[in-house]
Amino acid sequence: MVVSNIVQAVTHGLRQELARDKNVVVLGEDVGVNGGVFRATDGLQKEFGADRVIDTPLAELGIVGASIGLAVNGMKPVAEIQFSGFMYGPFDQLLSHAARVRMRSRGRFTCPLVVRTPYGAGIRALELHCESGESMFSNIAGLKMVVPSNPYDTKGLLAAAIRDPDPVIFYEPMRIYRAIKQDIPEKEYFVPIGKANVLQEGKDLTLIAWGAMVKVCQDALEKLNNKYSVQLIDLRTINPYDAETVLASVKKTGRCVIVHEAIRTCGFAAELIASINEKALLNLEAPVVRVTSPDVPLPFAKLENYFLPDVNRILKGIEKVMSF
Amino acid sequence: MPKKVLKDFEIEYLQVLDENGNCDEKLMPKLSNEEIKKIYEMIILIRVFDQKAFNMQRQGRLGTYIQFKGQEASQVGSAMALKDDDFVFPMYRSSGLLIARKHPIVQVLQYWNGDERGLKSPDNVNNFPISIPVGTHMIHSAGAAWAAKLRGTKQISISYFGDGATSKGDFHEAMNFAGVFNVPAVFLCENNQFAISVHRKDQTKSETIAQKAIAYGFEGIQVDGMDVFAVYKATKDAVDKARAGKGPTLIECVTYRMADHSTSDDASRYRTKEEVQAWQKKDPVERLEKYMRKKNLLDDAYKEKILKQSKETIEKAVTQFEKLEAPDPKDMFNYVFAEMTPQQKEEMEELLGK
Ligand SMILES: Cc1ncc(C[n+]2csc(CCOP(=O)(O)OP(=O)(O)O)c2C)c(N)n1
Repeated sequence: MVVSNIVQAVTHGLRQELARDKNVVVLGEDVGVNGGVFRATDGLQKEFGADRVIDTPLAELGIVGASIGLAVNGMKPVAEIQFSGFMYGPFDQLLSHAARVRMRSRGRFTCPLVVRTPYGAGIRALELHCESGESMFSNIAGLKMVVPSNPYDTKGLLAAAIRDPDPVIFYEPMRIYRAIKQDIPEKEYFVPIGKANVLQEGKDLTLIAWGAMVKVCQDALEKLNNKYSVQLIDLRTINPYDAETVLASVKKTGRCVIVHEAIRTCGFAAELIASINEKALLNLEAPVVRVTSPDVPLPFAKLENYFLPDVNRILKGIEKVMSF
Repeated sequence: MPKKVLKDFEIEYLQVLDENGNCDEKLMPKLSNEEIKKIYEMIILIRVFDQKAFNMQRQGRLGTYIQFKGQEASQVGSAMALKDDDFVFPMYRSSGLLIARKHPIVQVLQYWNGDERGLKSPDNVNNFPISIPVGTHMIHSAGAAWAAKLRGTKQISISYFGDGATSKGDFHEAMNFAGVFNVPAVFLCENNQFAISVHRKDQTKSETIAQKAIAYGFEGIQVDGMDVFAVYKATKDAVDKARAGKGPTLIECVTYRMADHSTSDDASRYRTKEEVQAWQKKDPVERLEKYMRKKNLLDDAYKEKILKQSKETIEKAVTQFEKLEAPDPKDMFNYVFAEMTPQQKEEMEELLGK
């Protein structure tokens, strides 16, 4: 066991995979000498050399495009995009190419690449660094989308992502990069992609979140002080999401609140609610409530806290559903 | 059939004022004594600003800040060659440029403290909001220059970017559009040797950034970016050429980022003190002072006066900045569309009440 926060869990996961498979390479801006702007690749270039932990030119489209080429020709690239705000340059590469390599080549070529990127607001970062775009990437068939919320899952999901035969976006919650410490195994383990995690059992209400919002939900539940019996689900994978766990819970509780920090319109809650409506409508005691950010560009630091879902808004959402 | 050489190229390097303040009078651009003093005063003002903003960040009085120390000559020298209604597309490291372009200092501070209101350009100058993504704004500059050409406004458009930005496809698309449509655009690269930790030599295999212009069919020039006269001259020439309908220019200002990349960075992880000290000798302020002393444009009294004045100006702005009222949370809804959507109205009410 080793005590680790989320950033360190990324480093452990990368180190494990670099050591295991010589075809794994880590590439991105400032990931080598500097060890990444968040130090997620700290020390790895020293350990594995500049051919395997690679400082690239400043070009996100280049990083992802080249990773596709590396992946189709036998390598296992783990690309870092410095902030999720810079994922839209390579969006074309992800959508038009990475997601379709298997389909268009009828399985002759595959694209086992991982793109890691820190996302999420709440740390007073510069504008355009922190948006939550998980539903945009989940609207691309052929890409998997993973969002861990704690160190244990981070290492386990990262290992699973690197071994996955298809492209995976690995969204790291920047806000809680260093906020949570856990004992995590030094030996290899996996957290499967596509499996949600029931963090707390409950029978009155289902509360669903992912990434940095899981911690905010936990804080809300602490404040709620067992007033209701809440089942807390950490979705962990956005695409393909774990409908089975979600539906089983909602069928049991009949009430549901979904929290995400992406804006409301076309946020991933919409997809979850549609699936609840399709498969568990008659089990519902109340309309599902979404606690999300409003439909505006993420404001600069000064107004960030008005934008993001917080404990009070989550409690308000819970009360709304419970008192329906 | 013998092989033929179809094209061969040369890239000019321009320096007017050397590190010791010696000036090549033949190359010296036409500048009155008053103009030279104005340039000097602006350079001192922004240097004082830069240090103050950094200190404030360290004291928790400002958010993340990005210093431009070492790049004052590139920013002021080029700004002085522009007209107010020319279009400027700055980057995050352009705070000095913005001040030289009449952006109120209070607002520059406001921006770095996470307040959108800081971005609003004064009505009488065309300063576009700074680009936070690296390099995505150069093509806007090409577009704005194109509009100037189509509308016959006589404006030119200039974008500022770093050496790292030249690796992006955006750079090449901007240069190509500018060349193809022969627009009045100037591309000003502040090659400060680093893109965070990545050294210029690892960014591109080209020996110079200036030479990249050749491939797009227009001129590129490399200048000593710590020599304010060289930067002024190169920009003025490029601007005059653009206004005369003779197309774009790429200017590579060779300079150095004397500070960390940002207040979140620690440059000692990737560069040595010796390297920084070597560049320190090229400092844009010192050589200008030496030159001005020789020309009797500067003595100790004047130097002190300007420093004192600059500090007062900055302190006044800081006081004003610290008295500003916090932005109204409704503000985040107000500028998204000309008219708020029904969804936004509902969300605003839900979040902030009626
Ligand atoms: C598209 C994009 N990618 C990455 C970043 C993160 N980042 C900010 S500045 C920077 C280095 C830029 O270097 P350069 O273009 O040389 O300009 P400098 O900062 O040195 O002035 C990086 C990688 C960003 N802001 N935008």
